This record gives sequence, C-alpha cells and structure tokens, in this order.
Amino acid sequence: MWLFLYSEIILFGGLFVLYAAYFHEYPKNFAESGRELNRIIGSLNTVILLISSFTVAASLTAIQRGAKRLALSLITFSILCGATFLTIKYFEWGKHIREGVYPNSQVLQNGPPGNNIFFGLYYVITGLHGLHVIIGMTLLTISLVFILTGRVNERHFSMLENAGLYWHLVDLIWIFVFPLFYLVL
Amino acid sequence: MEKEAGTGQPEERMHVTGYRELLAIIMALLALTGITVAVSYVHLGFFNVPIALFVASIKSSLVLLFFMHLKYEGRAIKISLLSTIAFLFVMISFIFWDVAFR
Repeated sequence: MWLFLYSEIILFGGLFVLYAAYFHEYPKNFAESGRELNRIIGSLNTVILLISSFTVAASLTAIQRGAKRLALSLITFSILCGATFLTIKYFEWGKHIREGVYPNSQVLQNGPPGNNIFFGLYYVITGLHGLHVIIGMTLLTISLVFILTGRVNERHFSMLENAGLYWHLVDLIWIFVFPLFYLVL
Repeated sequence: MEKEAGTGQPEERMHVTGYRELLAIIMALLALTGITVAVSYVHLGFFNVPIALFVASIKSSLVLLFFMHLKYEGRAIKISLLSTIAFLFVMISFIFWDVAFR
C-alpha cells in the first residue's frame, strides 16, 4: 500500500512542480487569479477533510478495540464528509464555469496567459484530487461492508487500514493544494 | 500488509492509537489551518508562500506520523517514504535550477 502511495505522491508532486515553475514565471497573474477563489469555502473544505481523516483514524482504533458499532458510524460519517466536500467543490466549479472561467473558455483565452495556466492547473489538480476523493469513498464503503459481514474485525483489519491510508493521502494532498491555490499572496 | 491469518496470534506490530491522542492531533491540525488562513490575510510579500508551505509541511507530518501510524511503522517504510520525499525535492530543485538560470 505504501508503495502505491509513493507513486501517488510523485504524481501530484509532478503537478506541483508545474505549478511552481509557472508561479515563478507569472507571479502576478497567479496572485490575482488566486484571489478569485473563495478562501472561506476553501477553508471549510479543508476542515471537512481534516475531520473526516480524524474519524477514519478513530474508526481503525475502534475496530482494533472491537467496538464495531462505533467504527461503523465513524466510517459512515467520513463517507458523508467526502460527499459534502464534493458537493461544495461542485458548486465552486459551477460558479467559476458560470463566470466563463473554464478550460479553453473565451475569458481565459483572451486574458493574461498566467490566469489561463493558473485555472488550467486548478481544474486539473482539484479534478484529479476529486477523483481520488471518490475512490477513497468507494474504498471506505467496501470496508464498511466488510465490517458488516465480519471480514474486517479486531484481528484482521488490513482492508480498513489501507482504505484509511488512502484517505489520509487524499487529505495530505489537499493540505498542499489548499494554500497553493486559495492562499497565494 | 496482509498478515498470516489463522495463527491465532494478534497481529505483530499492532499499535492502537488512543482516541485522546487522535483528538489532540486533529485539534492541532485545525489550529494550524486557522493560522495559515489568518497569515494569508497579512501581506508579507514573498514570505507568504514559504510560511504557507512550512505550515502545510507540519500538518502533513502530523497526519503521516499519527493518522497514518508512521511513527509506529518499521524502518523500511520510514526510509522509503523519506526517499520519496527526497526524490520529489531533487525533482523540484532541478526544475528551479533550470527555470532560474534560463
């Protein structure tokens, strides 16, 4: 599992390198584009993801201690957090798209090049991250079913452990995405 | 990852992180989030980015060490993760080497 996580780190790392290189080239455009993103919504999503990460970690503790009911409700809560995160993201993207800011849009094509690159990276990175949230939610749901059927229990919990690791990675990536896109200058 | 099933023994390197410990970590993470957001409203020019990244690194270390149980993992995982991060660092610095002196 960890090996797979390393490949994920490099995948997002590559995108962050791209971000860094273009930030170096167009610092002004990046700063003004970053201000168009809503900090409050970004912070809210950060808090949601952090709390869901906490509940996943706690659910592993619960299953290790044999508290099945508690583990189930903690995982359900985490999945709901993921869904809330995606819903907020959906409205956020929707707002930008309504304002004509989306890949290949007229506004971006005729605007300064840095803005175009910033929003291009924004859509690619948050989109890929959103995909990871969906995969993470799927893995958590599978763990949830396994707990219900008893395949995951206080002695055999690797499925939940690995689903949790993946979920924490998703959180980890967001920890870097959030300041880079929402809080630049 | 998959441990031998049916030996009847509890899993070897099992370390159960207490709820209280996890709760302390999430509180620290939320506090650090508050700090980054607050700092972002203060204009420090160039220093905003390094500060934001520094806080993000602390946060990710907390997630890795406690939520992902890295603190209680074996040496192999610790070293391999550090090498991954070192590789990423080399990749970023080489790119900047190129970009800065072009």
